[in-house]
Amino acid sequence: MITEPFGYHAPKSLSEAVRLVAQFGADGKVLAGGHSLIPLMKLRLASPKHLVDIGGISDLSYIREDGDEIQIGATTTHFRIESSDLLKTKCPLLPETAGEIGDAQVRNKGTMGGSLAHSDPAGDWPAAILALDAEIQAVSARGERWIPAREFFVDLLATALKGDEILTAIRLPALPSRAGDAYLKLHHPASGFAVVGAAARLVLGENGSIERAALGITGIGPKAYRAAAVESALAGKSPTTKRLEEASAHAADGVDANSDLYASAEYRSHLARVYTRRAIEKALERAQERTDGR
Amino acid sequence: MKDKRGTSRKGGGNRNALSRRDFLRAGATVSGGLLAGESRAISAPAAPETQVLGPDEVPVTLRINGTENNVHMEPRVTLLDALRNHLDITGAKRVCDRGTCGACTVMIDGNPTYSCSVLAIEAQGHEITTIESLSDGTRFDPVIHAFVANDAQQCGFCTPGFVMACRAFLNKHPHPTLDQVKKGLSGNLCRCGTYHGVEHAVLEAAGMGHAGVMAPPGAPDRKS
Ligand SMILES: Cc1cc2nc3c(=O)[nH]c(=O)nc-3n(C[C@H](O)[C@H](O)[C@H](O)COP(=O)(O)OP(=O)(O)OC[C@H]3O[C@@H](n4cnc5c(N)ncnc54)[C@H](O)[C@@H]3O)c2cc1C
Ligand code: FES
Ligand code: FES
Repeated sequence: MITEPFGYHAPKSLSEAVRLVAQFGADGKVLAGGHSLIPLMKLRLASPKHLVDIGGISDLSYIREDGDEIQIGATTTHFRIESSDLLKTKCPLLPETAGEIGDAQVRNKGTMGGSLAHSDPAGDWPAAILALDAEIQAVSARGERWIPAREFFVDLLATALKGDEILTAIRLPALPSRAGDAYLKLHHPASGFAVVGAAARLVLGENGSIERAALGITGIGPKAYRAAAVESALAGKSPTTKRLEEASAHAADGVDANSDLYASAEYRSHLARVYTRRAIEKALERAQERTDGR
Repeated sequence: MKDKRGTSRKGGGNRNALSRRDFLRAGATVSGGLLAGESRAISAPAAPETQVLGPDEVPVTLRINGTENNVHMEPRVTLLDALRNHLDITGAKRVCDRGTCGACTVMIDGNPTYSCSVLAIEAQGHEITTIESLSDGTRFDPVIHAFVANDAQQCGFCTPGFVMACRAFLNKHPHPTLDQVKKGLSGNLCRCGTYHGVEHAVLEAAGMGHAGVMAPPGAPDRKS
């Protein structure tokens, strides 16, 4: 398999990349890790005439702590996030999620920004990004803006990014005190992608009740989503087993679940409920450990 | 034919492939012109600061196993095809050609990577290590010894990629558990089903300590 011919550009600065992307319009594509784009191009599902490789722009690859916030550069690889000591303490949901992506080879090349821009309905990052209420930075010749995660995923493989925008960074709050996170995933046995992935963040009140719950779910519908009905069923409540079970029952409410050879829509919806409950239980356990530990 | 193969792409896999494909076609603008035209012509002029390379052949310099190689190729040539077709370095194998099976695994800056899914032109300036570096023809890396001793190959087609993945894994995890081995090597597939042998080979090679090249059992060691 071989791609259509294309012109290759390796800008050294973001401003130069932005200029090239605007110049090429629909004829151009950004190349990050290439682990979604190159296979698509080989299959001729994408045939850009120009590739703008942003891999050489050194200041797009970083993990930074800024007060209570974490900021991650778009071309930071899954592996770098998986192995970041800073993130393991400040935002453990990210390394946990990164470690579930594909395999070692994929994690060494694939980038967080590329995954979000590609927005595969079975991708892992969208679930975590939603649960963490992250914001996504988009830069174009027209300026920069921050897009809330909830507005970012629009439809199957479609995001709020405009054609001339480059995704440059992701920023999110560090793990607050009395909080716990978890990402649980059922791997597709052949592809490794998520049949379902549930990312949970729970913040506990002083009395041990659930102050706030956030649930991001991927793999079920055309795009990842926040399970709002689960969240509202938990907010302000004490975390009894029965309540977690009842809240999780709403994990696929209102979602048009996908069906394929591996999992019917009904089974997928069931998986969403089961993985949601498990993710909440794990996040709760971790939140309680952290609360007791201090 | 390519299109048919395309529909079975290992991807999200939770919509039937036709609808994904239809979507891609319909949603081309959303995703930034996925299906741009067929013409070879490069319409826009090159930016003054960034040189446009291609689509015709351009000079590419690849540093492989410590040696610089200068070749001419189109930007669309993958690192795997550059190795095999342009440089006659044929240890890395092409099987799925789309980042699924691991047969093409090489190390880039020490990290195992699917060379079929990286452009050669992107790999410039990086240290590329292939299976050829694990032997001088007489002496072999401990992983290779352990593969032989543990019956870790059958037809052998996945083996070079597997050995590279094992070497890279052991460099990062010198004393792994079996669970770590299984997870660490999940990027490589073997149709002959040699996984059990491979897992044991990795554990045995870990016991052999440092990652140097060593003489095969019973063979004269030329370097000592
Ligand atoms: C074998 C295999 C298994 C995988 N398993 C998983 C899995 O389990 N879970 C998972 O989540 N993913 C999985 N992936 C996908 C992998 O994570 C990809 O790396 C990722 O989806 C895309 O990131 P990339 O950096 O490779 O982007 P690329 O492939 O370079 O780009 C993808 C798309 O996003 C656009 N783009 C990239 N970066 C930007 C940017 N900064 N701004 C604007 N547009 C941009 C590109 O133009 C392109 O359209 C797998 C991939 C493979 C090959
Ligand atoms: S040939 Fe590259 S992963 Fe299969
Ligand atoms: S030994 Fe035959 S494919 Fe692995």
